[in-house]
Amino acid sequence: MLFYSYFKTLVGKQVTVELKNDLAITGTLHSVDQYLNIKLNNVHVVNEQKYPHMMSVRNCFIRGSVVRYVQLPPGSVDVELLHDATRREARG
Amino acid sequence: MTEEDATVKEPLDLIKLSLDERIYVKLRGDRELRGRLHAYDQHLNMILGEVEETITTIEIDDETYEEIIKTNKRAVPFLFVRGDGVILVSPPLRQ
Repeated sequence: MLFYSYFKTLVGKQVTVELKNDLAITGTLHSVDQYLNIKLNNVHVVNEQKYPHMMSVRNCFIRGSVVRYVQLPPGSVDVELLHDATRREARG
Repeated sequence: MTEEDATVKEPLDLIKLSLDERIYVKLRGDRELRGRLHAYDQHLNMILGEVEETITTIEIDDETYEEIIKTNKRAVPFLFVRGDGVILVSPPLRQ
């Protein structure tokens, strides 16, 4: 539940989601669910020359299982909060 | 930190001790990460800070069929890593 709760705090922020097929999509985080499925609005593909078929896509749902990384906006990472939440999660 | 916190009883305890330390993570697809561990869960989903990613690719020369090993590195300030790509996690790097 830790990362689900954390991603909920990022709603409305700009993130870059990198998929396991190397496609990287930047967009505004609209919502997230317990499987860490992600919905992004105002998306654009990081390497548009390589993936021109994605140019017309404005918003998308990303299945959680195909995500490799999510690049987080540095301003919205409270490391102390994450440490405390991780310790609580590890105990319980 | 109490005595109970400091002992390693199960594998994840080793990772608990690495919280806020720089760790090494080996991932599927010849990728490696070095970064500070800020959060993790039982799936080994993680949030790392000051991350350096190393991607290793092997190219075969068209004429000589030699294997050319290339490493690409990049830096990312904060990265969420999905646990299903993780192969191993190694505690603090001595530097």
